[in-house]
Amino acid sequence: MVTGSAPTDKGSFTLEDVSVTYGSETAIAGVSMEIAPTAVTALIGPSGCGKSTLLRCLNRMNDELGNARVGGTILLDGIDIYTSDYDPVELRTKVGQVFQKPNPFPMSIYDNVAYGPRTQGIRRRTELDDVVERSLRRSALWGEVKKDLKKHAFELSGGQQQRLCIARALATEPEVVLMDEPASSLDPISTQQIEDTIAELKAHVTIVIVTHNMQQAARISDQTAFMLRESMDHPAFLVEMGETRTMFTNPGDTRTEAYITGRFG
Amino acid sequence: MSRIKQARMIQTIAVTVTGAAALFVVSAALFLLAYIAVRGAPAISWEFLTDVPSGQMKEGGILPAIVGTLALTAATAAFSLPIGVAAGIYLSEYAPRGKSTRVIRLAISNMAGVPSIVYGLFGLALFVILLDFGKSILAGALTLACLTLPVIITATEEALRQIPSDLRQASLALGATRWRTIYRIVLPAAAPGIVTGSILGLSRAAGETAPILFTAAVYYKRQMPDSIFSDVMALPYHIYILATQVTGRPDDIIWGTAFVLVGGVTAISVAAAAWRSTQRRKVRW
Amino acid sequence: MARQSSPISVSFRRTDTMPTPSSSRRRLGRPAKSRAADGVVRSIIRLNGWSAIVILAAIGIFLAYGGMRALSEVGFWTMMSGREWYPTIAEPRFGFVPLLIGSAAVTITALLLSMPVSLAAAVFISEFAGKPLKEVSKSIIEFMAAVPSVVYGLIGIAVVVPWVKETFALDSGLNALTAAIVLAFMIAPTIVSISEDALHAVPNELRQGSLALGNTRWQTTYKVVLPSASSGILAAVMLGMGRAIGETMAVLMLTGNAARIPGSLFESVRTITGTIAAEMGNVVQGGLHQSVLFTLGLVLFALTFFINLVADLVLERQRKRWRR
Repeated sequence: MVTGSAPTDKGSFTLEDVSVTYGSETAIAGVSMEIAPTAVTALIGPSGCGKSTLLRCLNRMNDELGNARVGGTILLDGIDIYTSDYDPVELRTKVGQVFQKPNPFPMSIYDNVAYGPRTQGIRRRTELDDVVERSLRRSALWGEVKKDLKKHAFELSGGQQQRLCIARALATEPEVVLMDEPASSLDPISTQQIEDTIAELKAHVTIVIVTHNMQQAARISDQTAFMLRESMDHPAFLVEMGETRTMFTNPGDTRTEAYITGRFG
Repeated sequence: MSRIKQARMIQTIAVTVTGAAALFVVSAALFLLAYIAVRGAPAISWEFLTDVPSGQMKEGGILPAIVGTLALTAATAAFSLPIGVAAGIYLSEYAPRGKSTRVIRLAISNMAGVPSIVYGLFGLALFVILLDFGKSILAGALTLACLTLPVIITATEEALRQIPSDLRQASLALGATRWRTIYRIVLPAAAPGIVTGSILGLSRAAGETAPILFTAAVYYKRQMPDSIFSDVMALPYHIYILATQVTGRPDDIIWGTAFVLVGGVTAISVAAAAWRSTQRRKVRW
Repeated sequence: MARQSSPISVSFRRTDTMPTPSSSRRRLGRPAKSRAADGVVRSIIRLNGWSAIVILAAIGIFLAYGGMRALSEVGFWTMMSGREWYPTIAEPRFGFVPLLIGSAAVTITALLLSMPVSLAAAVFISEFAGKPLKEVSKSIIEFMAAVPSVVYGLIGIAVVVPWVKETFALDSGLNALTAAIVLAFMIAPTIVSISEDALHAVPNELRQGSLALGNTRWQTTYKVVLPSASSGILAAVMLGMGRAIGETMAVLMLTGNAARIPGSLFESVRTITGTIAAEMGNVVQGGLHQSVLFTLGLVLFALTFFINLVADLVLERQRKRWRR
């Protein structure tokens, strides 16, 4: 297991006994894990096992869904992000998110990327230009769009749109980027590009990615967490978590092995 | 005759009868349009549109009524748009699911069914008498704004609901506040729907007579309004007066006025609907 | 018709309290301000959200306030049961009965004329018409709803009044029947579009199930679709009725406005709305006559309020029924 972050490393999560309740239904219970900084952590498991729900705990997007309650403790770099004086809006500038389907705003490429920085009050043109270029370069889209940043984001292909969304998330200089099956709606070539982008990004940011694709998890992640919900009467839980290589070659739990080798899910 | 044959015959009869009913209603609407056009169009001339009435209203033009209706409608928009759009935002973006929201929704659709003369009485009691605005553009527009409000609220809410929640989440996940998300992302995307729905509501307000009978409209006035405290002539009221109160009905002026009113309202509504469909084609979710 | 459709929940809602700013913020200033603004904006918007309820309540309150003098000096039941309406003679009589009967006669006749045709048209548009025909007829009927009522009155004077006068060999064409005929056209768009919505809301699986059993389209419509949409159709008729009772200008221009209890539809009548519209302009401010007219407005408001409320509750229930 990859544990213990060096004090200079930013973007590590510590989860202790985390649970999520919607109304009277408990969706997740008893999840404890360490998410290492500047590495890729994959959350895998069958559909409906609470991966996305857990992901949304990390930037408090569950707050926006109305009746979700989060229990337990979640620390970002040692600080509890669920205390009443911790501002979720502030949190989300440190923890960005890329969604399952590309969801660019209906505006130009430039304005999409500049949205986050502008939200933080950056107005100087040169500063914005810098951020936009840097973010687009990091998401490997710069070469394709640099000539026409005023182009409407909807004119891009699906894969380009998703990389635009990654650039948009990077523009606020987050410590962590959460990705919820970012390539599930894309073709193989675009998926490859997204995976390459992720591999380059992890030098500077922590990435937590939910994926259904075992090969993808094996290719891109450093550590893997396997979640399972055995029946709708019981909440989902963390089966095991470890270094990706170990998990895929020598899983500690028979259920993990069954899932990885494709016997269910 | 076999059962099946009989059933088929009844089917044919049913389609014919209901089809005839639909044709009848549609023809009535087309007849309305054609009748107004045929009787009204010949009266239209530059002088008719730019002169004041003269000769006991039997000659001259209808400029003061056109200006009055435009002024009333513009002022109505100024009052009803901010409140209506804000209320639509509330229902779509903020309102909790529950009893209070249900009551608000019922109130809105109930408001849409309140008779326009009742709005007129309300405007008289509150704006003309109690607040002492007198018969004025201000009082008339406030009255018409109440009447238009449900249309604008409903149009706004429906337009906002068309916007995928993905966009809201993306903005929130970037550290934007809820309000910033609404006014930078959701509102601009929903603007075509809001604008079109509001224009349809406002063009209907422009044709209303009963609400302005006691709150804004006067029989005859040469001068153009110089403030929102002026009373004004208005196209629908002018039609009513000419048709019922002026002896020896000046038919060409009446139908010309009706043509201007219906033509204007229809042209604006059609233009708004056409504009919305071009906007839709540009942006698809 | 701009009536509320099904509330699909796509928007975000939150139940937690306003976030308080944390101390470890990277950028102070603008974002902090915008977060404070978020709370202010939310309160303002919530306030506007309640506008409909406030206005509806205000209408009731101000009409009652205006009618207070009449309610205390004449009395509600005296007005409601009085058979004579002579508001301007030396000893005025303020009986609403002739006006209530006038409104009822015109409204019921209009409904009877409009309902069969409008419902049949709605059935055709929803069940038998192809898509292009459907779209075209819906927008034409929508146009019909947008024509100002004073224009309907005008066309009534030009076309229907002479027709009624000649056909029934009357001295005057200004009577209850003429007003009802024009009203029948005016409420048709409401009845057609709302009942069409109700028919349209019936799930296609029901139709397919019936067709698969060997029923014709008409049998399917008659046996399955119409019964399933019955409450929505009822609501459509009620809303049409609400419109007819409240309609003012066309009725004012066409009924002839004689405030007496009519013996037949060929006699001139005076409706609640016509009375208010015709007389409110000529009353003494603060006088008894004005107060009586406010009371009359209150009666009209209460009547349409309950009709609309029941119709909306019926529609709401139907919407829930098909939502899964």
